[in-house]
Amino acid sequence: MRRARRFAGHHLLTLVALLGFIYILAPIAVIALFSFNDPAGKYNYTWQGFTTQYWQNPFDIPALRDALITSIQIALLASIIATVLGTLISLALVRHAFRGRGTTNLLIFLPMSTPEIVMGASLLALFLNLGVATGFATILLAHVVFCIAFCVVTVKARLVGFDRRLEEAAMDLGANEVRTFLRVTLPLILPGVGAAALLSFALSVDDFVITNFTHGTVVTFPLFIWGAARVGVPVQVNVIGTLIFLVAVGIMAIGVLVSTVRARRDRALAERAAEAH
Amino acid sequence: MGYLRRHPRAVPYLLIAPGLAWLAVLFVVPLYYLVTTSLQSGDIYEGFRLTWQWSNYGDMLSQYRPQLVRSALYAAIATVAALLIAYPIVYFIARRGGQWKSLLLVLLVAPFFVTYLIRTIAWQTILADEGLVVGVLRDVHILAPDGRLLATSFAVVAGITYNYFPFMALPLYVALEQLDGRLLEASSDLYANSVRSFLRVTLPISLPGVFAGTLTTFIPAMGDFVNAQLLGTPKQYMIGNVIQSKFLVIVDYPLASAGAVILMVLILVGVAIYARALGAERLTG
Repeated sequence: MRRARRFAGHHLLTLVALLGFIYILAPIAVIALFSFNDPAGKYNYTWQGFTTQYWQNPFDIPALRDALITSIQIALLASIIATVLGTLISLALVRHAFRGRGTTNLLIFLPMSTPEIVMGASLLALFLNLGVATGFATILLAHVVFCIAFCVVTVKARLVGFDRRLEEAAMDLGANEVRTFLRVTLPLILPGVGAAALLSFALSVDDFVITNFTHGTVVTFPLFIWGAARVGVPVQVNVIGTLIFLVAVGIMAIGVLVSTVRARRDRALAERAAEAH
Repeated sequence: MGYLRRHPRAVPYLLIAPGLAWLAVLFVVPLYYLVTTSLQSGDIYEGFRLTWQWSNYGDMLSQYRPQLVRSALYAAIATVAALLIAYPIVYFIARRGGQWKSLLLVLLVAPFFVTYLIRTIAWQTILADEGLVVGVLRDVHILAPDGRLLATSFAVVAGITYNYFPFMALPLYVALEQLDGRLLEASSDLYANSVRSFLRVTLPISLPGVFAGTLTTFIPAMGDFVNAQLLGTPKQYMIGNVIQSKFLVIVDYPLASAGAVILMVLILVGVAIYARALGAERLTG
């Protein structure tokens, strides 16, 4: 009886997890499916017929292409700035004991726990009161704010397990601080820094709410979709959505594979070293 | 370089200075301006001036109480729903994933890299009157023949639940990943059945993840307006819809700012009460 119950429990969990995965992936399946739709009117909500025409030229709507280019420019700049600023802060937090640590941690934590609408509204209040015209620059300024916190958290996670003796060894061998940082520290924390940059890029490209408050007349990719949502979203948006999903899965899967292969190699090396002893 | 060697204490401050300056000027100062704007009066033609117009808060609270209550309610239901959906999936990945663990996690998170608005529009398609889901539910008489899913509270809550899912799943995963399988074996050896093992071992160990996940889901959910706009009707509008339309459409900046301040304060108070109730200090160390 008990065994039967355990058997049922085991498979029940598998079933529930499977249903969960279907739920998570269903919208993506719909997006991909409707990228092959051939809608009769402006609205791409019901299935009309199969076509690959939108996959052949997904970027042929000028406004959509411009919005995408703007989004990518902002995301590149925002992720570079936020990653540099965030890495510096995490170096200070992990490596140094200093007065004002608590305040620093609070300033990192607060933007993460503020709803986007409050952040967007307060930025617009700032720009309105100071008479700053909103546009490309204000979007960039705003995006860096919400990216910094995620960069600090990501790089910190990598720094915590860092073996400081490697840096001491470099210094003992005559390298100065800058050389040590560039040749030892940076390569070792690079996976964390890279992850922070990728995460920032993703957050920036996807941001709608804060951008909506700070964009002026500049249109980013999410703002283009928001505008299009009222009059009918072009099928090309589905094509781009599907592409984003494939790229995201690809990048993350490569990351996973690389780290699995590395771990396996390290284990093999360690075993061989143990045998040699 | 020489300066730094002579003053090693300056190093951390130089490291944090640029980042904190950015956050001070573009996060803290804007909050100050949000509060002062909320106390202004005037209009877009004459301009707005600080007149300590406290009545903006009274107006906001009395006129938009339904939207405020609805925001808290929708966010709470969506948070609980996300927890109930995420827990078994994440438990499955953490405990049964084996060598596929990382790839399953990738599959779970990747959908959320697809632009938020595209995902929400996909839910429009799924829940639409002509869609498959409504058709099946009507056929089995769960929905009345003219019953709808789109443009209802259900659609809005479902959209919020879905869109903030990773904020629930990732902290839960981190907590459940740390669960040592031997603890469950020990509990089973001591004749606990699986329900008891879950309640006495798994659940307590995962509580920090539950705490972090519910907070990181509830906070953005409470301020959301995209789901109510795209999946609901004005009857489902939340406080976020009021703030964004007052700011960007009606251009009543003081009232909109008062709304944003109220939302922020409600969240801070709510989080403080919740943290105390769960004993956050014990949980997060």
